[in-house]
Amino acid sequence: MNVVRRLLLVRAGAAALALGLLAPIRALAAWSKDAFAAKKADDALKSLGASGAEPSKDIVIEAPQIAENGAVVPIEIASTVPGTTSIAVLIEKNPYPLAGKFDFMEGALPFVKLNVKMAETSEVRVVASAGGKHYVATREIKVTIGGCGG
Amino acid sequence: MRRREFLRLLALAAAAGATLRPRASEAQAASELYDAPPFGDVSLLHFTDTHAQLLPVHFREPSVNLGIGEAAGRPPHLVGEALLKRFGIAPGGAAAHAFTYLDFEAAARRFGKVGGFAHLATLVKRLRASRPHALLLDGGDTWQGSATSLWTKGADMIGAQKLLGVDLMTAHWEFTFGAERVKQAEKELAPVELLAQNVKTADFEDPVFKPYALRMVNGVPVAIIGQAFPYTPIAHPRYFVPDWTFGIQEPRLQKLVDETRARGARAVVLLSHNGMDVDLKLASRVRGIDAILGGHTHDGVPAPIVVSNGGAKTLVTNAGSNGKFLGVLDLEVKGNRVADYRYRLLPVFAGLLPADAQMAAYIEKVRAPYRAKLEEKLAVTEGLLYRRGNFTGSFDQLILDALIEAKGAEIAFSPGFRWGTTLLPGEAITLEHVMDQTAITYAYSTLNELTGAQIKAILEDVADNLFNPDPYFQQGGDMVRVGGMTYAIDPLANIGARIFDLRVDGLPIRPARRYKVAGWAPVAEGASGEPVWDVLARYLRDRKTLAPARLNLPRVVGVEGNPGIAR
Repeated sequence: MNVVRRLLLVRAGAAALALGLLAPIRALAAWSKDAFAAKKADDALKSLGASGAEPSKDIVIEAPQIAENGAVVPIEIASTVPGTTSIAVLIEKNPYPLAGKFDFMEGALPFVKLNVKMAETSEVRVVASAGGKHYVATREIKVTIGGCGG
Repeated sequence: MRRREFLRLLALAAAAGATLRPRASEAQAASELYDAPPFGDVSLLHFTDTHAQLLPVHFREPSVNLGIGEAAGRPPHLVGEALLKRFGIAPGGAAAHAFTYLDFEAAARRFGKVGGFAHLATLVKRLRASRPHALLLDGGDTWQGSATSLWTKGADMIGAQKLLGVDLMTAHWEFTFGAERVKQAEKELAPVELLAQNVKTADFEDPVFKPYALRMVNGVPVAIIGQAFPYTPIAHPRYFVPDWTFGIQEPRLQKLVDETRARGARAVVLLSHNGMDVDLKLASRVRGIDAILGGHTHDGVPAPIVVSNGGAKTLVTNAGSNGKFLGVLDLEVKGNRVADYRYRLLPVFAGLLPADAQMAAYIEKVRAPYRAKLEEKLAVTEGLLYRRGNFTGSFDQLILDALIEAKGAEIAFSPGFRWGTTLLPGEAITLEHVMDQTAITYAYSTLNELTGAQIKAILEDVADNLFNPDPYFQQGGDMVRVGGMTYAIDPLANIGARIFDLRVDGLPIRPARRYKVAGWAPVAEGASGEPVWDVLARYLRDRKTLAPARLNLPRVVGVEGNPGIAR
């Protein structure tokens, strides 16, 4: 099953690239240096032109409640906001909060999965943009020293 | 019959709700307690968190088990009289002794020891006689907690589980034998199946264990889904299971519930090692589970808590620890739903259930190679020795004293485990008892230099794992025990503000000063040190007699009126 799945994943990735769904060129062109260099989540969002997002239940964040390893925290995001064109992921307490920004061509499913690094317990803020409007969902992920389980 | 014995039996009969007939024989008392009439179509027998206690033990329930936020004043966060009142249990009887710490020493002498696999086996056989179709479910924490389970890497317990006729299990401490041993043990377990829907490989998210079993019980298809302890790689060293990832995994669980229903399951049960608070929250969010048979937090809860969810109801139970209890859940299934139920959490009184000969012989055999070593008498205790409780236990104080002396430390830390058996005043402490408190696969004792700020941060971190108002952030376990220092705690405050007034020798701890801190059970990779059982055994051998321990309890504020703390 592993091998088959790996192949499928590889092929899916290749297909996505071939179809231009991930639009690497465009992503590079849109690289927002200021946003990624910002030291506050709000500043990063301002640079992205995504301030003043309104809370939405149409953004689902799947992540561990407590990180098993702060160096690799898996976060899965799906947006059902119609016409989602981008998803930005911000870890509030990280030195550089903006962990990633993903742009979606029309027809691409607004779904991303990424691993982030977290030094301490933090809110994770996800901002989805659609039709010039911005929507936000948050989730706290705890980073603990561990030990002492019953 | 001696008067004391007669009173004991009367109390047992009373606990079972029986009329107090004179001349009640022991068999009658047992019959009234244990001959639970069958009900409905489907029966599930459930035990959990035995912590490898093959022989009968004493186990003192906590006098402090605080609930915070929504959990305040709600089961399982009731102790002593508050618990008895909530569940309508008469004080002074056998049931009151089983479920509370009240008058512990006298009650323990009166009602005798609890648990033991040979006595549990007798009870299981007795219930199976009236419920031949019953499934026997083991909630995990079965392979850890004793010398023999540590030394045989769980093999002694696997043999006992098979002999007992366990059908399905899930796991927690089992994982601390390492991934390789768990996968090998899984084969030795057959036909017992280890279920865990929430363990997957870290790379491609493939399932590591079978997530559920669909069994025909008395003609009714029943799904049992396994839920391993979600925080295994956080509460224990990550290196034991480096390639596996855990977590609560609600969406996947919902999918599996729906899948089992689609495959024809008419009752769906979660065999859970989440801990009771997590299970209560989970029951309110995941739909379609009829019952959650829970463990981990060692709460002996006499009746299920019924959680409403989307028009349906989920029963949530917790079946205590150390082999003290056997849960009996009888379900009446009509159509595709559970229409009615009966639940009992039966205390396993070794004195009322004769040892099953086959199991007794098995236990004798697995202990034989270690017997002489286990029975070495190290010292006699003058006080009651126990562990369970939110803040400290007298056995922990002993470990802390031993660590401070052995390491020349100013301060000592000992993990707030909830396992560890109880010894009565006047009993000899054997090496086996020392192992009952310390038998883990990473029992290294350590000495570190920590700043005052780091000490506070550690206490804050552990307190947040215990008192976070959101159950999904609670790992189970109790507050780290401390020696050589004092502190105050406000459990209702937020992380960073709970712990204050930290002192050593009466002087405030200085944030920048470094302190010598002894401890054990480090989770970091590459840790080493003398096993803590050697440290403790040496301390005891040097003394012969131990005066009652002084409990180093923190000053607890903000919990006035909370029925989770004894007054």
